[in-house]
Formats: sequence, structure tokens, C-alpha cells
Amino acid sequence: MIELADLRPPPGSPGLRAGATSPFQGEVWPALSIEGVSHSYGARRALVDVTFAVVPATFTVLLGLNGAGKSTLFSLITRLYAVGQGRIRIFGHDVARASSEALRMVGIVFQPRTLDLDLSLTQNLIYHAALHGLGRRESAGRANALLQRIALSDRAKDKVRSLSGGQMRQVEIARALLHRPRLLLLDEPTVGLDVKSRAYILEHVRRLVKDGVSVLWATHLIDEVAENDDVVVLHEGRVLAQGAAARVREQANAHDMRTAFLALTQTTESADDLA
Amino acid sequence: MSSHVLAYKPLRGFTPVQYAVCLKGIVWREGLRFLHQRERFVAALVRPLVWLFIFAAGFRQVLGVSIIPPYETYVLYEVYIAPGLMLLIQLFNGMQSSLSMVYDREMGNMRTLLVSPLPRWFLLCSKLVAGTAVSLPQVYTFLAIAWLWDIQPPLLGYVAALPALILTGLMLGALGMLLSSISKQLENFAGVMNFVIFPMFFASSALYPLWRVREGSLFLFYLCELNPFTHAVELVRFALYEQVNWISLAVVSGCTALFMLGAILAYDPSRGLLARRGNT
Repeated sequence: MIELADLRPPPGSPGLRAGATSPFQGEVWPALSIEGVSHSYGARRALVDVTFAVVPATFTVLLGLNGAGKSTLFSLITRLYAVGQGRIRIFGHDVARASSEALRMVGIVFQPRTLDLDLSLTQNLIYHAALHGLGRRESAGRANALLQRIALSDRAKDKVRSLSGGQMRQVEIARALLHRPRLLLLDEPTVGLDVKSRAYILEHVRRLVKDGVSVLWATHLIDEVAENDDVVVLHEGRVLAQGAAARVREQANAHDMRTAFLALTQTTESADDLA
Repeated sequence: MSSHVLAYKPLRGFTPVQYAVCLKGIVWREGLRFLHQRERFVAALVRPLVWLFIFAAGFRQVLGVSIIPPYETYVLYEVYIAPGLMLLIQLFNGMQSSLSMVYDREMGNMRTLLVSPLPRWFLLCSKLVAGTAVSLPQVYTFLAIAWLWDIQPPLLGYVAALPALILTGLMLGALGMLLSSISKQLENFAGVMNFVIFPMFFASSALYPLWRVREGSLFLFYLCELNPFTHAVELVRFALYEQVNWISLAVVSGCTALFMLGAILAYDPSRGLLARRGNT
């Protein structure tokens, strides 16, 4: 297991930009740090002492079967639920204590569709921008640029209802990026999409990492894990393994991620459940 | 794991302009949704008009109204029930707005609102203001039609009623919001509407003056007196005739604050019911 302290480079390390403004007196925080977080629904424990971190500008896959606790964790990160036990920090900002500072750095794509179907693409984006205090002129410009990036600018005035599932997901990702977050959370973003749309969205999000965005990608689809990704295996509310994909495989003494996942979770899921 | 570090520029708090932008955005979205639901506008008008044109016309001979404040002469029954019907529009609007919150919660749209970095109390208050803003054109359209039906309060009364309608709209919206936070599913909320709208409307001074209710049942009279909807109706009734019913103003203000506080607490992640149920 990787300790959080390992994620902070020592002062003067190449990654630390000289003179960068930091409220943490030179200390560098992970994009997201989850520290000993537990959560229960009544007697049912959904998360048990979950600890991991997302390093800035990396693509981290939160891998777990349905019911593993991924969505609960996302609800805690975004303060839909209160963090009862443990601590969640986004670039050092405690979600419980400084939720505004933390949330303004986060863009999120939830598992269920959250677009307003009766509004146009632009209207949906402008509404989201307003929720972040962005004025109409600025948000219209950003919305236009983002729609161009996903090749939907010609549909800007169409109602969302007229889009395909894959296009809706793209708009949701564009919306999540509108306020220029530094951390992007995606909860099972490719569920229900065809192979082509899945590949497009995955590639699109991976490109964002090159622009400096940190990504936490929750999925139960093992084929979405790439060799360079960081992986967190979540099962029945517990983190079973984390680290670079190769390290997770080593830890499970397996030659591929599927075998590693099945070994770690001691499940015998059919191939269809995982890919 | 690799360690990349980005230049960090801390952002703290929001400016008043950003709060205003957010409020405007929420009101704008609520307005757009309303415009897209034309049948909702028609239904909102048809309901009170049916009461006015059919019910009131049928009962005007049976239900005479004596001279009671704020009226200085005998008034037709249609004139008496007009404020109650205005509030009926707002009551349905408040519940409809909250119904959309339950729907949004089930469909996930509500999450978009709740994960905004602005304070949650502000987001909920903005949602409330948006719902009230949508109710006002409906009420004034009803008043315009009612004017053709000889329900003609003083012209200044239309202006004086506006702040009263804003306050009553906020109260009924806050009540709906509180109920939406308690209701777990859409189907449950439909039941809540039946148990709230009709009892509130009928056990009030909307359709008959309370002195008449007292003649019929003392218990019902006290029930009507305790009903905040009664005070909302009376506040608007007096305002339409350029008067202030101070008791009603105090009750409506107090209930608005109470319901809103309850809704904010219920939607608060650390205190609310949503997290404990695992439903957002």
C-alpha cells in the first residue's frame, strides 16, 4: 500500500514550480486524498477505512464491481453525503471544512444522466456555469469552445433529448470541464454505450490528463485500464490494492489485470461482468 | 506513481456578483423549464378558473358573505374566493416545483445543483426564489382574467399584493421543498401532495369566512386558524385592498423561515436524511 506521505515530493523536487503560490507553505498535496474514510447506510457498511490518493495530472482507475462502493465514495467526495469518518481532501482542501474551495476544483460526471433533456446543449452548459458563478458572456464562450472540441457545436441549439447516449456523455464531460476544474471525477461514464463511443470518451478523457487535469475514473470494466494508469481496486467497500497497474498485477501475482482482479477479490465473475 | 505538481492559485469565497449570477442562472433555468411545459401553465390557470366560473357561480346565492375586513361593502362570493384561488395557484406551483426536485433527485439532475461550490443554503434559497418567480405571472394572468369577471380590486391593490404574493410564494415553496426532502420517491410525493394540498386548501379561509366555519364546528375553526394557508390567503386578501393584516404577515413570515430552515437542514449532508437513506 502506498502511504499518502509518499505522494508528496520533497521540497525542491523537479515537479515543484519555483515561487508557486501555495497555502500549504511549500507542501504539495495530491489532487485527491482519501484518508480512512468509512460510510454506512444504517447497519450496512458501504465503505470501510478507505485510503488512497490521486496524484496530480494522472489517470487513476477506481476499479470495482457494482456495489463495491464507488458511487458512495463519489457522493462523499462531492459532499452529497457528509464525511462521517475519515477525511477527504482535494488539493489539500478538506471537503468537510472548506467545501466551496474543494468543490470549485472538481468537475464531476455522475453515473446517471444529469442533463436537462428539455434544454439545449448550450443552455445546459450555461446553467452549469452559473452554478459556479461564471457570467453569461464568459460561459457562452467556454461552452462554444468545448462543444467544438467534441464536434457538437453544430448541435448547440438542439435539445439534449435529441442526442445519442454517447453524445450526452460527451456533453456531460464538457459540462464538467466548463469551470476548468483540476480534478475530474467520472462514475462509470461508459456504461450503456457502444464500443465506439466508449473508446472515444476514454481517449478524450486521457487527452485531458496531458493538459494537466487529474482524473479519477470509476469503472467495473477491466479493459478500460491501461498500462500507465494508476489503479485502486475497491471491493465490498474496502481497498484491496492500489498503485501502478503493473504493481497491482505483481501484488496479485497475475499476468493480466483480469486475473489480478479476480484473485484479489476472490470472485468468479463471468467475463461479461468485467469487460 | 509519478508526481506532477501544478502551479496552485488558491481561490477563496465568492463575490456578490458570482452569487447574483448563480441566482439568475437558477431562476432562468426554472423559467425555461416552465416555458417548455405549456400544459403546466394551462393547468395552473384552468384549476382556479373552474372554481371561479363554476363553483363560485353555483354557490353565490347559497354562500352570502357579510361585511368583513378588508371589504367595506357586501361582496360577491366570486370576489371573496379570488385571493384563495390566487393562493391555490401558488400552492400547486410550490408543490409542482418540489415535485420536480424529487424527480430531479431520482433522475440525477438535482446533483448538478447540490455539487455547486456555492453554499447549499444559498442554492436552496435560489431554487425557492425561482419557484416563486415562476408563480407570479400565473397569478397575475389569473387576476387579469378575473378582472373580466368583475373581480376588480383597486388598481393599487395589484401592486400592493405583489410583496404579499412573493412572501406567500416563498412560504408555500419552502413547505414543498421541506416535503420533497422528506419524500424518498416520486410516488410517495404524489401521496404527500394529496395529504397536503387539499387539507390545506379546504381547512382555510379560502372558500368561506372563518366566522361561518365557527358556526359549523369550533374544532374546524381552530384548525383553520392554525393553518398557515389561512394566513397566506388573508395576507393577500388584505393586500389586494391596500391593507396589511399584521398577524397574517407575522405567521407567514415565521412559517417561511421555519419551513426553509427545515429544508436546509434536511438537505444538509451532515444533518439531512438523504445520506442515511442512501438517496440523493
